Amino acid sequence: MLEGDVADRDTFPKLLARNARRFGARPAFRHKDRGIWHSWSWAEVEREVRAYALGLSRLGLRRGDAFAILGNNRPKLYWSFAAAQWLGAVPVPLYADAIADEVGYVLAHAEARLAAVQDQEQVDKVISVSARVPSLGRLLYDEPRGLRDYDHTQLVSIDDVIADGRRALAEDPTLDAWLDAELAKGKGDDVCVILYTSGTTGRPKGVEIGSGRAIGAAVNSVAFDRLNERDEVLAYLPLAWAGDHYLTYAQSFVAGFCVSCPESPETVQENLREIGPTYYFGPPRVFETMLTATTVRIADASALKRALYRYFIGIARRYGERILNRERVPFWPRLQYAIGRLLVYEPLKNALGFSRVRVAYTAGEAIGPDLFSFYRSLGMNLKQFYGQTEAFILLTSQTDRDVRPDTVGPVIADVEVRISDDGEVLYKSASQFLGYLKDAERTAEAMTADGYVKTGDAGFFDAAGHLHIIDRAKDVGRLRNGALFAPKYIENKLKFFPNIREAVAFGDGQDFVTCFLNIDLTAVADWAERNGVTYGSYQELAGHDRVIELLAEHVRAVNRDLAAETATAAAQIRRFLVLHKELDADDGELTRTQKVRRRFIAERYAKLVDGLYGTSKTVDIATEVMFEDGRKGTISARVKIYDLASGEAPAELAAA
Amino acid sequence: MTDASVNVAAGETLLAVDGISLRFGGVTALNDVSFDIKRGEIRAIIGPNGAGKTSMLNVINGFYHPQRGAIRFRGQNLTRMNPGFAARNGIARTFQNVALFRGMTTLDNLMTGRALKMNRGLFWQLLRHGPAMDEEIEHRRVVEDIIDFLEIEAIRRVPVGRLPYGLQKRVELGRALAMEPELLLLDEPMTGMNLEEKEDMCRFILEVNGQFGTTIALIEHDMGVVMDLSNRVVVLDYGRKIADDVPAAVKQDATVIAAYLGVAG
Repeated sequence: MLEGDVADRDTFPKLLARNARRFGARPAFRHKDRGIWHSWSWAEVEREVRAYALGLSRLGLRRGDAFAILGNNRPKLYWSFAAAQWLGAVPVPLYADAIADEVGYVLAHAEARLAAVQDQEQVDKVISVSARVPSLGRLLYDEPRGLRDYDHTQLVSIDDVIADGRRALAEDPTLDAWLDAELAKGKGDDVCVILYTSGTTGRPKGVEIGSGRAIGAAVNSVAFDRLNERDEVLAYLPLAWAGDHYLTYAQSFVAGFCVSCPESPETVQENLREIGPTYYFGPPRVFETMLTATTVRIADASALKRALYRYFIGIARRYGERILNRERVPFWPRLQYAIGRLLVYEPLKNALGFSRVRVAYTAGEAIGPDLFSFYRSLGMNLKQFYGQTEAFILLTSQTDRDVRPDTVGPVIADVEVRISDDGEVLYKSASQFLGYLKDAERTAEAMTADGYVKTGDAGFFDAAGHLHIIDRAKDVGRLRNGALFAPKYIENKLKFFPNIREAVAFGDGQDFVTCFLNIDLTAVADWAERNGVTYGSYQELAGHDRVIELLAEHVRAVNRDLAAETATAAAQIRRFLVLHKELDADDGELTRTQKVRRRFIAERYAKLVDGLYGTSKTVDIATEVMFEDGRKGTISARVKIYDLASGEAPAELAAA
Repeated sequence: MTDASVNVAAGETLLAVDGISLRFGGVTALNDVSFDIKRGEIRAIIGPNGAGKTSMLNVINGFYHPQRGAIRFRGQNLTRMNPGFAARNGIARTFQNVALFRGMTTLDNLMTGRALKMNRGLFWQLLRHGPAMDEEIEHRRVVEDIIDFLEIEAIRRVPVGRLPYGLQKRVELGRALAMEPELLLLDEPMTGMNLEEKEDMCRFILEVNGQFGTTIALIEHDMGVVMDLSNRVVVLDYGRKIADDVPAAVKQDATVIAAYLGVAG
C-alpha cells in the first residue's frame, strides 16, 4: 500500500503535502514550551513550511544553495529542512555542541547561503566565524532570548521569516501557484541533505544523500517495522546525526507519525515519560544509564520491593525473552511472568517511559548481552541494526523474534553486503550516498573497483545469515596461520563479564591469541568477600589463584563462543595473565575516553607479552606508575601466566 | 554600556535614601547614609564585612526602621517603609542565605511569588474552580515564562531542598521575579557559586535589567562581577558612605582602596 502511494513522492516536501491531505488533523510535531505541550497537525505544518519556504526565497535562498541548520531538536529547525527542500535548496545540519571552528569549516565548505540556528549561543558561534563564510547572508534564529542588543540587520527570527512569507501569500495569491511549481520541480535525483561525518582523521566529509534514495530507504524500513501515523517518537538525538535524520525526519514524513521535541536537553527523561513513545532509539550507553539508575533506586527501596524485584527479574531473565520470541514456555512460568508484568515489569517500564514502546533499536557500538537481554526480558522489543551515514543508514537489521545480542541481524531489502578477502564489510545499497561534497578523491577511496562501498568495519556472516561486526577493519590482524584476529571483538566479549574491567588481546603475527586482563575491583572484591578470599591490596587480589581461576572460567566461556563461529574459531585465547595494576589513563595506558592503547601497552609490558608467548609460568616485572598527585613510583610483581591449551593451572595452585 | 550609564545617570530617581542612621543599642550600623537609585540602573552596594550593606537593604525594604533619615520611593516620601508596603509596591528581594520553602517544589516556590497578586478570596482559591482557576492559570503563565527565562525547566517538580546551592539561588531569583518587581534587591546573589554558575547569574541579572527594565540594587563581594554589572557603585565602610560613583572611578578611589586593603599607620 505504501509502495504505490509514495512512488511519485520523491521529495520530502511532496510527502509533507501528501501527509497534509491524508492525515490532515493528526499531530505531526509536538514541542513542550513553558510547561505545556503544543502540537501542530500535518496540515498546519504544511502551511507553516509553505510560508517559511516563501520567506526563505525572499531572503535569497535559491535552488541548490546550502542552508545550514544548527541547534537542538525543535520543530522549527525540523521545518527548516522541509522549507529549504521545498525550494530545492540543500539543508546542512550541524551538531549543536560543535565548536566555532568546526562550524566555520562546514559553513565555508558547504558555502552556506543562509543559516537557521537555535539561540544566542549558536548565533555567537556563527557570527564569530562569519568572516570565513563569504557566502553567508542572513542568520535566522529560533529563540530570541539574549539577542535584543545584537545587530539586527543580519539577524532575523524564524517566526518573522514565516510571517513575512504568510503576508506575501496573502497579498499576492499568484505566489501559491509559484510555490506549487517550486514543489513540483523537486526530483528524486536532488541532493536532499548533506550530513557531515566527523571522521577520526582529517576534516569532516559532507555526505550527499539523494532525495529519492532516502525516501526509498525510509519506505522499506517503515514497512519492515510496520510504522504508521499512530506511532510516537521523542526527538532527542543530534539533528546532524544521520540516525536522527533517518529515524525522526525521513521515517516520520513517510509514515506520518508524530515527532515530539523535548523542552530542553535536560528534560528528555521526564518528557519521555510524558510522551510514552511507541518507537524508540537509544545508543547502548543510554540503556546502560537507565539500568544503573534503576538498580540504584531499587537498592534504596524497601525490603519487600527489593525482594519482589529480585524474584521477578529472575523470572524475566529465565523466560522473558522466550515469551517475547513466542517460543513454547510452560504454563507455570508463563503465569509467574504475567504476575511479574503486573507487579514489576510494567511499572518499571512506565517509570522509564517505555510503557508503550512497540519497536526499539540500539546501535552505534556493541551492547553487552546482559544489558540487551534485560530490556528484552521485560517484554520490550529491543533490536539492533547496523549501518552508516554513507549508506543512508541501514544495512542490516534484526527482525522481530529473531534477535541475538551478538549479531546485528540479516541484510535488509535493497542492500547487498559482501565481505572482502580482508574481512571488511562492503555494500551496495539503493539508498547509498551520491558522493562526498567537493571531494571526488575521497569518494573514490571509499569505493571498491567494482562499485561497492567500504564500511571500514570488519565482520562475518554466521550460518543463519546474520552479520557479526567485530572491529574496525584496520585494527584486525592475522594469526601466523592466516586466521582472522579481531582484538576488540575478543576484548568486548571478555569485558561483558562484570569481573573483568579491561582486556588487551594480542595475536597479530603470532601463533595463537593471548591476553592481559584487569580485574574489576568492585565486582571481584564483592566476590572475594562472599567466598572467603582475603587480600591486602589490589595487587594481591589480582594475583590470587582463586581469582585467576575465576577469570579463567570467563576466558573459557569466551573461547566456547569463539569456537562456535568458523570465522573466529582459530582466535581462541591460549594463554592469559591478570595484570598486577589497573590500566590507567594517567600512565598513558588508556585514552582519556577509557579506550586501551594497545600498541603502547604492548611496548610497556613487552616482558609480559614475551612471557605469554614463552614457556615460563611466571614473569617478574617492575612498572613505573604515576600517582594522582604527580609523584612517580614503582610497582614490582611476579605475574602468573595461565595456560588454557594445556588446561594447566598456575604452578602454585597445582602444587597446593 | 557607557551609553546606558549616561542615560541612567540622567534618569528619574526611583528610590532615594536620605541621611539614614540605624543603631542597634550602642552599635551604629548605618551613619547618615544618602544615595539614590535611578530607574533602570543596576546599582551595586559594596563594602568590607560589617560595613552595613545588608542593613541598608533591610532598611530599603522596610525590615529595619532607621532612627533618622527618610526614604523616597517613586517620589513619595516615606519616613517608615514596611515589608508589606515594599512588596505591594514592587520591591522584591533575595537573601544572603537562601530563604525558600525547602519542602516545596521549584514551581510552588515561584507560585508563592505571585501570592500578592492573587485577588480571589480564600474560598475561591480552595475551590480551585471558576475565576480562581482562571487566575491561577494566568499566574502560572507568568511563572512558566520565568522558568523558561532562568532555564530551570528540568527542576520544575523537584523540591528545592534537594537542589544544589547554585540552583537554589536561581530559584530564589525566580521567586523575586515572579513578583514582577520594579526594584529588585539582591543580597549576594553569587556567593557559593562556581564560575559557570556565576556567569549564568550575571547573564540573568543583565537580562532582567535589559529585557524587563527592572531596576536592580545588589550587594556583591566579587569585584569582577560588580565592575562588569553595575552602572554605579556606592561604597560603605563602618556604616558610612565613603564613595559613590561609576565603577571605574570607584576602583581608583584612594579611600575605597584603603577601606578594603587597610593602610599602614
